Amino acid sequence: MSKAGDGAAAGQPLLRIEDLQKKFGDLEVLCGVSLNVARGEKVSIIGPSGSGKTTLLRCINYLEKPSAGHIYIDGTLIGEKKSGDRFIHLTDRELARERQEIGFVFQRFNLFPHLTALGNVTVAPMRVLNLSREAAEARGRDMLQKVGLSHKADEYPERLSGGQQQRVAIARVLAMQPKLMLFDEATSALDPELIGEVLRVMRQLAEEGATMVIVTHEIQFASEVSDRVIFMDQGRIVEQGLSREVLFKPKEARTREFLKHIQDR
Amino acid sequence: MLELPQIYAENIHRWLPELLYYSLMTLKIGFFSFIVAVVFGILVALCRVSKNRLVRTLAIWFIEIGRGLPIVVILYIIYFVPPQLFPGLNWTWFSDFTGAVLGLGIHGGAILAEVFRSGIEALHKGQREAAMSLGMTPAKSMVYIILPQATRIVLPPVGNYAIGLLKDTSLCTLIGVNEIMNGAKSIAFSDYQPMAVFILVAGIYFAMSYPLSLLVRALERRLSTAQ
Ligand SMILES: Nc1ncnc2c1ncn2[C@@H]1O[C@H](COP(=O)(O)OP(=O)(O)OP(=O)(O)O)[C@@H](O)[C@H]1O
Ligand SMILES: [Mg+2]
Repeated sequence: MSKAGDGAAAGQPLLRIEDLQKKFGDLEVLCGVSLNVARGEKVSIIGPSGSGKTTLLRCINYLEKPSAGHIYIDGTLIGEKKSGDRFIHLTDRELARERQEIGFVFQRFNLFPHLTALGNVTVAPMRVLNLSREAAEARGRDMLQKVGLSHKADEYPERLSGGQQQRVAIARVLAMQPKLMLFDEATSALDPELIGEVLRVMRQLAEEGATMVIVTHEIQFASEVSDRVIFMDQGRIVEQGLSREVLFKPKEARTREFLKHIQDR
Repeated sequence: MLELPQIYAENIHRWLPELLYYSLMTLKIGFFSFIVAVVFGILVALCRVSKNRLVRTLAIWFIEIGRGLPIVVILYIIYFVPPQLFPGLNWTWFSDFTGAVLGLGIHGGAILAEVFRSGIEALHKGQREAAMSLGMTPAKSMVYIILPQATRIVLPPVGNYAIGLLKDTSLCTLIGVNEIMNGAKSIAFSDYQPMAVFILVAGIYFAMSYPLSLLVRALERRLSTAQ
């Protein structure tokens, strides 16, 4: 969105997270997470339940307000702006503008049940980007085709399988042409036989050069798709590095333990 | 009882046109106060879920007072109090009809506000979050995502409210509105035929509310198959 950001792009990460902290009451869920993601990079986040992975993703698009720390996308602060040396929160309208650039794929899809598959994909381009219906539908059909669901454009979500619903949810995000896509365990609410079709779509996006942050328990998938893997535990990044190193030659005992636990499952 | 057919045969040609004329007023009050109630209800429900605490508190009090008072009391207050409070103003426009519509509308607004609020809150918070994550402002997510879904959820209780409202219009007879009960009373006592007239009135009320009831059921069926 900010042209200034694009100009300075070459060297600077697309996503920069600085010392992010999040507390729910007394519970410290994120205890200072810092992370850079380059344009076109795929980063997978793994870690035990309750380690703060979802919370981290939700902070990135400000569905959750961080308790401390800052997030930048393309050099633009997310959720706040600087006034002098103070940070002030954005208005709802400004925040909504920033969120257009960040796609979020939820574990439970969260499709809009009152809209068809095509309606789900076109509602934001029409109502947020103010595209005409024709333009939005053309774009929406392209996106549905991309996820292999052209033939389901007129179905309502309740008549789609979980895997199909999740693919519509991905198409819905793609239709906004986000700079960054966040996936929160996109396959863990699915029956095992439906996981493959969603991973296939995600893999294709990765190959096309999308910038993706993926929370997942699919170790095989993470190793194939991501450039980098991050292991989180108790609100901290415990280990990070190239995916094959973290996944197959972890340095930290906790990482090894977690990976072993997941493989035994 | 046995002489009823006889009584109707002799009088119905006089009573029915008159009662039907009065029942038009009943329908008019019902219709307009329903509109007022829905508008109030939506506004108050939106206030009720507002982030602003003062707005929320005001909405809660509106709801509590509106549904805590008997309709008759609200009607009396709305109709008789403002002219007494501001005697200097011109109140000729403020007819018993206006008072009836406002009184029923305010009471209904309080009832419907709670219905709408529960409809809004019944939606999983994921719906709102999905809308916001696509770049919608809270207002847009309300208009395009939340309210269309809430409408389906609240349709049955709103329909029931409408049927109840049609019957409650009879209370407006107490502030002197010439609706069907008022008309019936005057006919019944001038012709000394309360039984025959009031049974006829019951029939007319039923003839108005039953189609409404069918309509609500049909709408519900259509909405439930539409998805
Ligand atoms: N809105 C909230 N209010 C209070 N506590 C919360 C809230 N959201 C998350 N938590 C807590 O924060 C911690 C981290 O939750 P989070 O959902 O980020 O974990 P996770 O790593 O995504 O786990 P999982 O693998 O089970 O999805 C948990 O202890 C959770 O109970
Ligand atoms: Mg999670």
